[in-house]
Amino acid sequence: MAHLVDRRLNPKGKSHGNRRRFIGRVRAAVKNAVDESVRNRDIADADGEKMITVPAKGIAEPSFRHAAKGGRRQWVLSGNRSFSVGDRIRKPPSGAPGGGGREGSADGEGEDDFLFLLTRNEFLELYFEDLELPDLVKRSLKEIKAAKPIRMGYTVAGTPANLSVMRTMRNAYGRRIAMRRPKIRDLDDLILRIQALEALDMPDAAELAELGELRERVDLLRKRQRSVPFVDPLDVRYKFFEMRPEPSSKAVMFCLMDVSASMGEREKDLAKRFFVLLHLFLKQRYDKIELVFIRHTQTASEVDEETFFHSRETGGTVVSTALKQMKEVINQRYPPSEWNIYAAQASDGENYGGDSEVCADLLQEALMPLCQYFAYIEILQESEVKLMNSDDNGMELWRAYRKVAGHCPNFAMKRIATPADIYPVFRELFVKKGQGVSDA
Amino acid sequence: MPEQSGSAPLFESTEWNFDAIQRSYDAIEKIAIDDLKLDVYPNQIEIISAQQMVDAYSSNGMPLMYRHWSFGKRFVHDERLYRKGARGLAYEIVINSNPCISYCLEDNSMALQALVIAHAAFGHNHFFKNNHLFRQWSDAEGILDYLEYAREFIARCEEKHGDHEVEQLLDAAHSLMHTSVFRHRRPASISLREERARQRERLRDEEAAVHYLWNSFERARPQRIVDEHVRERKRAMKLPEENLLYFLERHSPILEPWQREILRIVRNIAQYFYPQRQTKVMNEGCACFVHYYIMNALHSSGRLSDGAMFEILHNHTNVLTQPDFDAPHSAGINPYALGFAMMQDIRRVCENPTPEDHEWFPDIAGVDDWRGVLQDAWANYRDESFVQQFLGPEVIRRFHLFALADDAKDSFCTVSAIHDSRGYHAVRDVMVANLDISGSDPDIQVVDVDLLGDRWLKLCHVQRDHVPLDAETRDATLDNIRSLWGYDVVLEERSD
Repeated sequence: MAHLVDRRLNPKGKSHGNRRRFIGRVRAAVKNAVDESVRNRDIADADGEKMITVPAKGIAEPSFRHAAKGGRRQWVLSGNRSFSVGDRIRKPPSGAPGGGGREGSADGEGEDDFLFLLTRNEFLELYFEDLELPDLVKRSLKEIKAAKPIRMGYTVAGTPANLSVMRTMRNAYGRRIAMRRPKIRDLDDLILRIQALEALDMPDAAELAELGELRERVDLLRKRQRSVPFVDPLDVRYKFFEMRPEPSSKAVMFCLMDVSASMGEREKDLAKRFFVLLHLFLKQRYDKIELVFIRHTQTASEVDEETFFHSRETGGTVVSTALKQMKEVINQRYPPSEWNIYAAQASDGENYGGDSEVCADLLQEALMPLCQYFAYIEILQESEVKLMNSDDNGMELWRAYRKVAGHCPNFAMKRIATPADIYPVFRELFVKKGQGVSDA
Repeated sequence: MPEQSGSAPLFESTEWNFDAIQRSYDAIEKIAIDDLKLDVYPNQIEIISAQQMVDAYSSNGMPLMYRHWSFGKRFVHDERLYRKGARGLAYEIVINSNPCISYCLEDNSMALQALVIAHAAFGHNHFFKNNHLFRQWSDAEGILDYLEYAREFIARCEEKHGDHEVEQLLDAAHSLMHTSVFRHRRPASISLREERARQRERLRDEEAAVHYLWNSFERARPQRIVDEHVRERKRAMKLPEENLLYFLERHSPILEPWQREILRIVRNIAQYFYPQRQTKVMNEGCACFVHYYIMNALHSSGRLSDGAMFEILHNHTNVLTQPDFDAPHSAGINPYALGFAMMQDIRRVCENPTPEDHEWFPDIAGVDDWRGVLQDAWANYRDESFVQQFLGPEVIRRFHLFALADDAKDSFCTVSAIHDSRGYHAVRDVMVANLDISGSDPDIQVVDVDLLGDRWLKLCHVQRDHVPLDAETRDATLDNIRSLWGYDVVLEERSD
């Protein structure tokens, strides 16, 4: 007799502990791979599940094994078609002879690099590691979408907290009527009458008969009452909630970057992290996000992401061209009444003499009124940070933008030299978001 | 009317349900017990999801296992292949325990579930219960309790001593797993209760036993007496010792009691899997033979529809294909195919012997009771001896087997034997050597300990046919042994 057990409902993920340990083990390698992969993919899908390659070194499980070569060996192979005894087969220059005969390593996976899939959460966790985001922000970024419970009618199962007393009592009332449950008041009347009759000193025969009849009736009614409960589990209703994404709307994110020769790989990499972070933030807030990439030297142009990050251009630097271009794109495609406009600008701070004032005016007059948020980062060499320790110092563009920041609360600016510096640019944005949640 | 219900198909739909499984199980059991005369542990059949199957893979198929990153690595690896569709999941996993637990995948069709039940719950189960290696070396009664104990113990150690400490110890222990089985002497079988009761006592005793080794070495003594003492201690340590973890567990000068217990756990688990590694061909052959026989019996009595039988045969042939040596992805001899073919051949030799069979298998050719012959083979052999005894010309010819010799000194390989009358014995002997895991596992022993000097430990690798160890893994493994021994460890290569 077999014992059949259905284990499908047992908790899954027995291996999570092991998986976590494994990732811990290869953390450094995975972190590198994560950074590398963000470098190589689009901003819009920087998060999400991702295959990660980990070098075999570091996760090897050594044991005493025979070497693949050396000594005398013999194998039995199958499928002989043309060999006869004594035939000599030249060994391939490297590797084992015969093809099929070599013993595989014990775990069957050889020494190849190890490829595996990170979940979105694991991926973001690692990606955020050196951005020094506060936990609250990490959590909110990892939540894919803010969802809000919406009332969706009633259900028969739920938690006591969601019990709908009104609906439950209404059902109970209807059922009591349909089942003709004796009313409590009727019963009380009868009992009063019985008590009155019992109180009589000398009841006559008619009264005695009535008393007997009444008592029988009360018994019957009581029995009926017991068999038709006041509130039956059948009546109970709970409010039902469905998690609906919060009402969302459209956003467009402008990425502006100086691509003149002074922006090297390191600068572009930092800029990309900055753009990715803003995009992740917008993603949990808006259903639909469009990205616009505008790069500039002494002229600006709208390009695709690939060109934005990877193709080089030479020339001077006129920042205002990018802002003008942005204004133009907004006018053509993104009416501010329908779109939330965000902009992130990255630059090394150099600008053509006299152009910075133009930029500040453009921003203050034309762009800031349209934008939800405008973040500017100036990417410095680490050695320069010490020189620029005061926000008041700086080159022309920086000083001009300082004025804008003074006037517009939704303008953020920051000098960064390492990934850890990026987050403070967004701090206000997240703080605002946090308050919004608690208000709701 | 029993005849009628007996010949009605067990199930019609391809979807399985518990009723149909139970019905099929009963029908299969009837044939397995009454006809094939199998002797099995009680069965427990568990239906699991794909995700759970991947979980089970990654811990060697065991339902509970202590935690370690290497299982996570395996999990991640298997899960990826599965998700990519590069590899299907096994239809079943079966555990050598009493009751015998078979995991069946929920995605199997009903026909596959029937196949799996015959294969695992009767084929493997019979083999586990009757093969002498399993009877002798693995404790089917206690394994699940023991694993539970191991998991708890290791989890407690992690809490107490930190994940990292435990992980390092397990890393080191795992790398010695294959060289830590008793091949010749049977370890006392220990029930869980005794195990726990003895633990405290053992920890105390072993600490004392280790310390006495080092107590005396500072005192100056005449050389002769010192030699005498060393010899005596080596005798006391029972050198040479083939079971590395056992030796380290007992004699390492630096391990804490809990570390010794973890080495013991790893060693016991290695020992539990040791019979499985020695009987791949037989175990799978037995299971395939049994499912093939039972499914055919059910089909011929009309209890399996033609459609179901086609599906079963399709899967059966998928598993039992032997690719040619030069086929892409060929992984050598397929143990399923070889085992099944040999067992079918034994039956044929019993039923329809040819003159050749009379010459090769005088004991069994023409014997009436092929069931008895197979039962005897399943019970009393392991891969190596089974092939030695039963691999006959018929199977060699069918597989077109040939032997290839490779000497590192030459720039070519030589075909040393093919499937002809001069070659049968040679092919068989090479096959035997290939299957003998005492030949494929390196032979490594603890041979000496310098008790009075630098406390180095000396291991010896006895090379067979001058086959060396893989240098990179050898050095990494030696480092692991050093971390367990605490002092230097040297490995001597010796040729036999």
